[in-house]
Amino acid sequence: MDFVNQLQRKFIDYSSSLHREGIVDDQFTQLRKLEDENSPHFVMEVASLFFEDCEKLINNMAIALEQKQGVDFKQIDECIHQLKGSSSSIGAMRVKNACIAFRSFSDGQNREGCLRCLQQLSHEYSLLKNKLQTLFRLEKQIVAAGGSIPRVH
Amino acid sequence: MGLKLQQSYHHSVTLKVNEQMGTKRGYTFIQANRAWLPKFLLLWVMVMAFLSTWIYKKMDADNKVRRKEVLSSMCDQRARMLQDQFSVSVNHVHALAILVSTFHYYKDPSAIDQETFAEYTARTAFERPLLSGVAYAERVVHSEREKFERQHGWTIKTMKREPSPIRDEYAPVIFSQETVSYIESLDMMSGEEDRENILRARATGKAVLTSPFRLLGSHHLGVVLTFPVYKSKLPPSPTEQERIEATAGYLGGAFDVESLVENLLGQLAGNQAILVNVYDITNSSDHLIMYGHQNQDGDLALLHESKLDFGDPFRKHQMICRYHQKAPTSWTALTTAFLFFVICLLVGYILYGAAIHIVKVEDDFHEMEELKVRAEAADVAKSQFLATVSHEIRTPMNGILGMLALLLDTDLSSTQRDYAQTAQVCGKALITLINEVLDRAKIEAGKLELETVPFDLRSILDDVLSLFSEKSRNKGVELAVFVSDKVPEMVMGDPGRFRQIITNLVGNSVKFTERGHIFVKVHLAENPKPMEGPKAETCLNGGSDEDALVSGARQFKTLSGYEAADERNSWDSLKHLVADEELRYDASVKMKAADEASQSVTLMVSVEDTGIGIPLIAQDRVFMPFMQADSSTSRNYGGTGIGLSITKCLVELMGGHISFISRPQVGSTFSFTTVFGRCKRASFSDTKKPNAEDLPSGFRGLKAVVVDGKPVRAAVTRYHLKRLGMLVEFANSVKIAASACGKNGSSCGSKTQPDIVLVEKDSWLSGEDGGLSLRTLDRQQNGHVLKSPKMILLATNITNAELEKAKAAGFADTTIMKPLRASMVAACLQQVLGTGKKRQPGRGMLNGSSVLGSLLCGKKILVVDDNMVNRRVAAGALKKFGAAVECAESGKAALKLLQLPHSFDACFMDIQMPEMDGFEATRRIRMMESQANEQMNGGTEEGSIRTGEWHIPILAMTADVIHATYDECLKCGMDGYVSKPFEEENLYLAVAKFFKTKPISDS
Repeated sequence: MDFVNQLQRKFIDYSSSLHREGIVDDQFTQLRKLEDENSPHFVMEVASLFFEDCEKLINNMAIALEQKQGVDFKQIDECIHQLKGSSSSIGAMRVKNACIAFRSFSDGQNREGCLRCLQQLSHEYSLLKNKLQTLFRLEKQIVAAGGSIPRVH
Repeated sequence: MGLKLQQSYHHSVTLKVNEQMGTKRGYTFIQANRAWLPKFLLLWVMVMAFLSTWIYKKMDADNKVRRKEVLSSMCDQRARMLQDQFSVSVNHVHALAILVSTFHYYKDPSAIDQETFAEYTARTAFERPLLSGVAYAERVVHSEREKFERQHGWTIKTMKREPSPIRDEYAPVIFSQETVSYIESLDMMSGEEDRENILRARATGKAVLTSPFRLLGSHHLGVVLTFPVYKSKLPPSPTEQERIEATAGYLGGAFDVESLVENLLGQLAGNQAILVNVYDITNSSDHLIMYGHQNQDGDLALLHESKLDFGDPFRKHQMICRYHQKAPTSWTALTTAFLFFVICLLVGYILYGAAIHIVKVEDDFHEMEELKVRAEAADVAKSQFLATVSHEIRTPMNGILGMLALLLDTDLSSTQRDYAQTAQVCGKALITLINEVLDRAKIEAGKLELETVPFDLRSILDDVLSLFSEKSRNKGVELAVFVSDKVPEMVMGDPGRFRQIITNLVGNSVKFTERGHIFVKVHLAENPKPMEGPKAETCLNGGSDEDALVSGARQFKTLSGYEAADERNSWDSLKHLVADEELRYDASVKMKAADEASQSVTLMVSVEDTGIGIPLIAQDRVFMPFMQADSSTSRNYGGTGIGLSITKCLVELMGGHISFISRPQVGSTFSFTTVFGRCKRASFSDTKKPNAEDLPSGFRGLKAVVVDGKPVRAAVTRYHLKRLGMLVEFANSVKIAASACGKNGSSCGSKTQPDIVLVEKDSWLSGEDGGLSLRTLDRQQNGHVLKSPKMILLATNITNAELEKAKAAGFADTTIMKPLRASMVAACLQQVLGTGKKRQPGRGMLNGSSVLGSLLCGKKILVVDDNMVNRRVAAGALKKFGAAVECAESGKAALKLLQLPHSFDACFMDIQMPEMDGFEATRRIRMMESQANEQMNGGTEEGSIRTGEWHIPILAMTADVIHATYDECLKCGMDGYVSKPFEEENLYLAVAKFFKTKPISDS
């Protein structure tokens, strides 16, 4: 039981650190609140959807920005909008902020800026992915150890 | 996003400013040529300098001409005088010559000797002013010389006083005037000039002159005049030879020109000014001077020549005059020109100054204009800013309040609870203030748009009154509302804003009123026209002894008997109103037809209180924001003072105007008019009345008697009862009511017994026999067992003791606490009459955190979003609340799913989607629905009953919380708006609107 408690505390610490570092915001908490018996892995599910989506979009944008003969900024804009929407939905604050910065550059048709932002974005994205996967791992460990995931208030 | 918006806004403001600058700056001539002004001045000065020089020259030339004229006239005058004098002298010498010839030659012996001649000439010298002397020389030929010399005893001498040499002829002077006696015996022929003269004179027979020479003796310049004297009379036209033959001698006179002319000129004016020269110009190449100095200086530039004719055709003379001094500088001309120049200079400078001033003023004006435009822009920007900021503050404030509410639900110690409650109260006050500021800012920014929905005015007034009922009851202030029957049941307008206005005004009144009443009255604005007295009386039951009821103290015919600021609101006007209504009751059908013809209805609403009133000095700034009557007001009564200004704005937005009458310590009456749309009966009969509470209809036809001494109050009571469909009669006192009942009871006639008797507390207490009459009333009722009227006491506030007394007196049934509201009265009556046992489902039950679950539970909801993650999250959130969620990933997919008929209860729609955005999708869905509805209406009977069923609530989902988006949402047919990401509270608020009516209508 101590082990479970330890894990639970670790989990709480970890998730609050995510908040502290601004990686996720309240919306993430809201999502966690939505988890119940009917959908115990709701957040994980949404997150993996988000990761897929995100990877695809980042790839698309990278390809679009590689184009030598004129970058299709409209396409990039759409991608960014998508990404911004989904990141704000799951509460990935830093990704969202990166998107906002990106948006202003793509509005200004600034290829250099876009490339820089894309880099920043993929950095934020991988950071988020790492952190969340760690969190989910912890969650799994807790469940495996027979404990319950601490609910947020 | 917000920043960008502001930037673009700012940009547009500056653009507007520039545009205005461009259009408004009308350049005047002066403004356009401002750079030229100094040049204009210089040009002006130069032109003026030129002009003044010209003037100077002109005047100077005039002067010169005048000077010349003066000179010539003076010269001519002198010449003429000299000539005249000369000719006078010549004539006299002529006469003398004749005298000599007459008395010396024709008389024998001669009558003249030297003595006589000297005597005569001396005595006639005044006749010859120009002649220094005359002498007579006899012609002596050489052959007679000796005889002559012997006869006279002297030898003939030459001019040089030597004995004369031998010549052919001599002309020795024999007679001479004393002045020239020294020439006696001198031979005149010996002098060159004299000889020539003598020869010429005897040849012509006329006076001849010598050229000027220095005279003997005087050494003055002079001329000698010579006249021939003939021995015998000459034939009428003698030849030269005959003349020479006949010559006997010569009379000569010496003109001492110099001294004589000097003398002559001395007599004339202006002698000093001019210089006169007289010349002999016989020899034109060599002018011989006769008078004056050859080289005298004087004004050489100007001279005048005058011809002189001394009677000798052979000799010519002329006079030349010139000024002694050079022409003096013409000071007049100089001063005139100079003054002219100076004046023109000054005028020029003044004009220049004026032009500069105009330019400056215009510049200032443009600057001011610019500043004004900027200030206006700043004002608009301020309002925008306020609107934005207040909006932004509201969101976290809601969070704070919500959390506080939650906190208060938890277990708290009393201190903690106190703190939390204080925080909550403060937060609420703050949010009220923010809302007010936001409202004002919105109005100023022109962002506030009014709704136009049908609503029931009366129920809104009831609601507002119930809001304040607690407060007014505590203060003992009577709160009442009266709506004229002619005001339509349903009107089109903005119920929220109307409620806000009423709440503001009533709230103010409640705040400032400690005693008396607050009375809200609504009637048609065109209504209050005076009615004839007697007709008005008809509605008054026992109106004649109305005055008897007024007790000792001065009572006013207002609601509570206190004096009100505006007399118009007293019973006198209200009874007209009521009377008017009653009279027109019959004609109401006709009137309604007429009413419905016009599209809008103008209402006059007045809120009357008997509070502290508004000080006279503060009355003109009542509607200015943040201005309270005085600073102590906010200390005593609280509030920010923004409410009335918002109210004014709102009233004006609604097409009306607000005014007030206030008397300090008496009260205030705020009245405003508003324009509402008339509600088509057909349109609102099918649709549900969203905010009209249904009044029970179980009281229709019941008869009630209102016992109240105050007609206004009675009218209010009647108004509420009438709304319940009851027939109402008045009675001034319990006694009258009792007697009326008694009569009815005894006669058992056509009139039925009243079902209910409502007695106002005041009238009950005022009548001492109240209890007694009541009992009799009761007894009579008991006598007629068929119907026993229910006794109800109306009271604003009532003490326990009074309540006991009332119960004892027979008001066993119930007491209705004021303010009256139709629904409350209905509830009480239900209780009393024992009808309508089933309670209506209260709406208050809907509050609570688990509500959302119950609201959404089992509902089928469509979520439309192109973003997979968003979709999943939204679906998750809605599922959490028990809704069955289906998803669509595009507008098109949503359209497909929403093909009629479908089973969805609501739709959440993302706005920004590729291909077809939320707005477009919504528009199409609505189109589909309206088509379907039409078909159904046009189709079977069954369809018409289900009119308007196809209207799925569509809620926009957007992260964008700008107002414009919301407007856009409404415009394309959406019903509401949920901000993304979902929050429980927001979601509830949005969803509650659509689902809350349903359970009620279902039940």
